Amino acid sequence: MTTNEIHEKLKARFGDAVGPLSEPKIDPFAVVRADALPEIARFLRDEPSLALDFLENLSGVDYPKRNVIEVVYHLFSYGLKHGIVLKVEANREDPRVPSVEAIWKSANWMEREAYDLLGLVFEGHPDLRRVLLPDDWEGHPLRKDWQEHGGYHGISNVRENPLVELRRLDEIARAEELKRNPPPPPPPAAAAPAAPAAPSTPPAPQTPPAGT
Amino acid sequence: MEKLIMRRMHQGGTEEMILNFGPQHPSTHGVINFLVETDGEVLRRAVPDVGYLHRSIEKIAESVGYPGFMPYTDRIDYVAAMFANEGWAVAVEKLLKIEVPKRAQYLRAVSCELCRIASHLVSVGTMATDIGATTPLVHGIRERESINDLIEALCGARLTYNYHRIGGVAFDLPAGWPAKVKVFLDHFDKLLGEWDRLISFNEIYVKRLAGVAVITGEQARNYGLVGPNLRGSGVDWDCRRDAPYGAYPELQFEVPVGKGFRGTVGDAFDRYYVRVLEMRESARIVRQALAWLEQNEGEIMAKVPRKVKPEAGEVLSRVESARGEMGYYVVSDGTEKPWRVHVRTGSFLAMGIIEDLSPGLMVADLVALIASLDVVAPEIDR
Repeated sequence: MTTNEIHEKLKARFGDAVGPLSEPKIDPFAVVRADALPEIARFLRDEPSLALDFLENLSGVDYPKRNVIEVVYHLFSYGLKHGIVLKVEANREDPRVPSVEAIWKSANWMEREAYDLLGLVFEGHPDLRRVLLPDDWEGHPLRKDWQEHGGYHGISNVRENPLVELRRLDEIARAEELKRNPPPPPPPAAAAPAAPAAPSTPPAPQTPPAGT
Repeated sequence: MEKLIMRRMHQGGTEEMILNFGPQHPSTHGVINFLVETDGEVLRRAVPDVGYLHRSIEKIAESVGYPGFMPYTDRIDYVAAMFANEGWAVAVEKLLKIEVPKRAQYLRAVSCELCRIASHLVSVGTMATDIGATTPLVHGIRERESINDLIEALCGARLTYNYHRIGGVAFDLPAGWPAKVKVFLDHFDKLLGEWDRLISFNEIYVKRLAGVAVITGEQARNYGLVGPNLRGSGVDWDCRRDAPYGAYPELQFEVPVGKGFRGTVGDAFDRYYVRVLEMRESARIVRQALAWLEQNEGEIMAKVPRKVKPEAGEVLSRVESARGEMGYYVVSDGTEKPWRVHVRTGSFLAMGIIEDLSPGLMVADLVALIASLDVVAPEIDR
């Protein structure tokens, strides 16, 4: 079944809850309403002519300008070899989306990942915890306005260029070495450079004092 | 995490033991931690705790641009870096609508299948180590060294290959290379027979794996397992054959599927043995692709604009990695840098099934389960 046919089938069943299929800019997708998502997901999996049994990918994409975080579902059917891409738009201030964990178990970890990195809350998820970042991490790094803290538990994530640091250490070592073994006083030959200067300004010949 | 387990423990009202597996345990294949609740030697539950290797590769991708991200992809899966390269190249080529030259596609097939053998050798070798035999790892690593020598001659690196480019590959075959590969493959085909006699069907080995940690086909699809883990459960699906890309439609190969070779379908032995059979098929593909490359000339790079600036749109690429389907979901906003990149890897979801599969397993069988799923820590964490 082509993506268009799957989409028409969804449209016939759920009406306004399913948006139009986007223009095929490489991969087309359809936006669905968040509250209808669990029903749509169940229909997609259980309807024998669709049988989309594989949630291939679930990712969140942040769009601060539209004040929206999109959740993107890539669905695929092993048996019928067709698929569709659905999107749900969540409000960026309070992003809540119903969980599809009960329909595809693979959503469990992928929803945890999206919660961790983008702060999406999946309602109905049995165990929504951070998965990649530490439990006490603050913020959601894949949001576009996320700022680095500059450190974590007192460990700075800003380092001086190690080469600069090495050069500084070298200079300290050299200064100490100089202090311990001061260089020998310059040999008397150091005066030599002055000597060649002499011919350039020859001393005026001693004129004998004018005698009377 | 600890609090979570303590709470669960007190709810039951019994006294169980909580063990930490890892983060640096020889059987965790990288830095992964498992918090294990045991009742004697039987597991109540094993909770995977990942993220020790998280390097925010997806965030990096948003700041370095399309060609600049290529070297980072090597680090996503350092045991089979070719596929991570290929997946990224395929995604960007789809966005740019570039046709890759035939010769480059065959070069990709040769390099990837060699890499698949190298990766599976590590997988089956470390699996044997995990369940208590050391020699197979030595055999596996020895053969992997030969492959690394060949790949080093091809692209100059032994681990982070970075051989693929957007629009093609970096180098053509070095002089005399196909002959060397054929010598290796003749040796390797014999070795696989020996491997079966010596290791695969060794009685102790079979007893440790057959019937252990069974994943049904239904579960495998539901939990999003891919690649050898999915095929080990009897689901006949391979991206190379069923969602073809590159040169694969023109190459002849079989897709091995778990049949309950010694125990039941979907047990740890099936997942192991599917990998052994896949190595044989990969060797077959390499021979065919090399034969084609020796007879045909051609370009190895498509015409790629100097500034990689795809039009706005989004794509999910899909390649069959050694660890199953690997893909990049890329959203382009029409600038030189991707708006969002999500890396879809097999290992991440393979970890998801462990918590639900673990109750009732023995502690030693948990090790067999983790090993048979062939997870690699950086691919989980990215």
